[in-house]
Amino acid sequence: MSGISRRRFLAASVAGCAATTLAGPKKALAAGAFTGYSDSMGVLVDLTRCIGCRSCEAACNKEQALPAPDRPFNDMSIFDETFHGGTQKRRPDENAYTVVNRYEPEGSDEPIYRKVQCNHCNEPACLTSCFVNAYTKTQEGAVIYNNKVCVGCRNCMIACPFNVPGYSYSSAFDPIVKKCIFCHDTRLKNGLPPACVDICPQEALTFGMRKDLLKIGNQRIQTHPGRYVDHIYGEKELGGTSWMYLSSAPFDEVGFDANVSNEPIINNVKDFLGTVPMVLAIWPAMFTGFHLLAKKQAGHDNHDEKVEEQHGEEGGEQ
Amino acid sequence: MKSLIKSGVNVVDSHVNDKKDEDWSFIRKMMLGLHFGQYLGQALRNPFNWILGVIFAIGLPLIAYRFLFGLSVVTHASNDYPWGLFLGFGLFAMVPLSASGFMLGTTVEIFGRHDFEPVERLALLNGLLGYLFAVIYLLVDLGQPWRLPYPMVVSFGPAAVLFLVAWHVATYLSVQVAEVSVAFFEWIGWLGGKRFIRRIAIGLTVSGIILSTLHQGALGALFCYAPGKVHPLWFSASFQWIHFFCSSIPAGLCMVIAVSTIIKKTMAWRCDDNFLDNLDRCTLGLAKGASLALITYLVIKIIGIAHDNEWAYLATGWGAWFLFEMAVGVVLPIILFGYAIRHKIVGMARVGAFITVFGIVLNRLNTALITFNWQLYQEVPHIFEVIIAVTIFAIYVVVYRFILYRLPILYTWKAEPEAAFAADAAKATPVRMTTPAVEAVYRKID
Repeated sequence: MSGISRRRFLAASVAGCAATTLAGPKKALAAGAFTGYSDSMGVLVDLTRCIGCRSCEAACNKEQALPAPDRPFNDMSIFDETFHGGTQKRRPDENAYTVVNRYEPEGSDEPIYRKVQCNHCNEPACLTSCFVNAYTKTQEGAVIYNNKVCVGCRNCMIACPFNVPGYSYSSAFDPIVKKCIFCHDTRLKNGLPPACVDICPQEALTFGMRKDLLKIGNQRIQTHPGRYVDHIYGEKELGGTSWMYLSSAPFDEVGFDANVSNEPIINNVKDFLGTVPMVLAIWPAMFTGFHLLAKKQAGHDNHDEKVEEQHGEEGGEQ
Repeated sequence: MKSLIKSGVNVVDSHVNDKKDEDWSFIRKMMLGLHFGQYLGQALRNPFNWILGVIFAIGLPLIAYRFLFGLSVVTHASNDYPWGLFLGFGLFAMVPLSASGFMLGTTVEIFGRHDFEPVERLALLNGLLGYLFAVIYLLVDLGQPWRLPYPMVVSFGPAAVLFLVAWHVATYLSVQVAEVSVAFFEWIGWLGGKRFIRRIAIGLTVSGIILSTLHQGALGALFCYAPGKVHPLWFSASFQWIHFFCSSIPAGLCMVIAVSTIIKKTMAWRCDDNFLDNLDRCTLGLAKGASLALITYLVIKIIGIAHDNEWAYLATGWGAWFLFEMAVGVVLPIILFGYAIRHKIVGMARVGAFITVFGIVLNRLNTALITFNWQLYQEVPHIFEVIIAVTIFAIYVVVYRFILYRLPILYTWKAEPEAAFAADAAKATPVRMTTPAVEAVYRKID
């Protein structure tokens, strides 16, 4: 170390800085908030109309060419199925992009059915967490993904606040993330509603422009006072979602997480993302500076021992 | 090994062949200067090798099973717990325990504290291997591990925290390979390579600090994507990254103490006097650093609770578990370190270091697995998942030991082939260096 000249030291520092700058030109995209494409489509799910016929599940299975289920779609005893010590109901997975669950909230004579699928967030957590940029929020409103680049880190499943994406764990050589894509490839991009909406016999699912759906939702709440909870789930939740819900029972009693913030998930991460360019810019000068300060000091080594003794005493007092 | 040395066998520690009649080659260095029979004999006499053998006999076929039939045969294939033990332990715990490389690099190279040089190489190696095996755990866990280079070359997701982790771990791994390669170049006897690395040592160290700050923090920031899933006591949107970064400092330092303790007990034959004589002093020095970092960590954890006003959670069951983690993993080591440093009781500092390592591992497991989905249900890893995690850790131990036996990490070459003539010069101008002879050669060459 003592043999290092100033020129060599500078050259090494520059090389180090260059290496780290090349390594990390990544983070600057964190700024700004995105509230969704203005003409994007959505679906309004009215839980008061759903009768739990599961025809949407069947239509989805057919449209997306998913494997045949273990139990047929007209088997209603599946609503009694629970998992993990009775705490969990069914959830979407690699074989079913949408599932319907039954709830019996207190004070309600009739059971309430809730369809679960990807809610197609305006600013999706899965998209912002993906390190290969596999996800896309299309202008039509769908959150789709490119399975040709999916590495299988499953960060999107960690990030999704609705626990939607599933993973094809059973595949050894081509496992990928699987979730509802709003029938984007086959229907949505041609202006058609997704298969589940098309088949619904109760008109529990309404397809339309998201901004119109909000009007329709508010109208229903106003025309039927007492029938609905005065809230459209998905209007503001997590920055807004393309799929939204109306319910007669409080949302947390029918399987929704009512505690989610109105901020998109990415806002939690922006604090950290903002520090990254600062660390990249400040650390090289700061630590080479420390080094110069430590090196140029006369009698550095002797001084060390004094400092150490002092530290020893301080350390003992803790 | 001890008995072999007692019976007069010389372990390779010199480039200069004192017995001219023998072939002095790469193979000799690989075999530690033992004959094949002797080498096999000492390996078979070591009961630890038999334990490793049993682990490998069960674990290696399971790893093959996982790659042939998919993750679902060795894990619960949970969509609610996408990250299991491989990442919860392998990535999130191994990476902080490997912060030692940049900590000691900074101490010695940046702050010029050459009195810590006896443990510097051990710390660098500990860092390198920890990261390497974190990546190996990751490869086992990834659905399509052959696509690992995708974020570098195929498709970029630059706004994602994981993108930063991927790039920084990859770059930092290269930096660490360069740092540890000094020992490798010495071992193969190529001084040119070594000289080049020493020239860029400051640059390497500074980039090591930058990369470490960012990716240690980024591992914490990954959980900022799951604000509703991690229990509030283990989650802080504002401070998660700095909690992870700060706790990686005692983790790295204590890992060096822990590993050096094991080395002293089991591998003393491989250490030279410079290492053994200075170890107690260095241990107390590392303990001092660790205790300062632990106190800071304790304070910022409390600030985290205060900032989000989470005091009420402390009265719940999760709160008790949190208080247990903080009491055993943080407060207890602080007390032990404080007492040990004041009264110069090295053994107590070592106990404190082992407890700190346990505490940090517990914190990472709590964040990634135990309190994750605290509102859903508790995932208990599949038994095969546990066995594979243990097997990879055993491979880590074997590789670690393999390198420590051979490369000049714990010892210094008695003489370099070109450097033999410089040994006298070095004695004439004593410098506080681990390798006086080599240093003298530099001056000659320069």
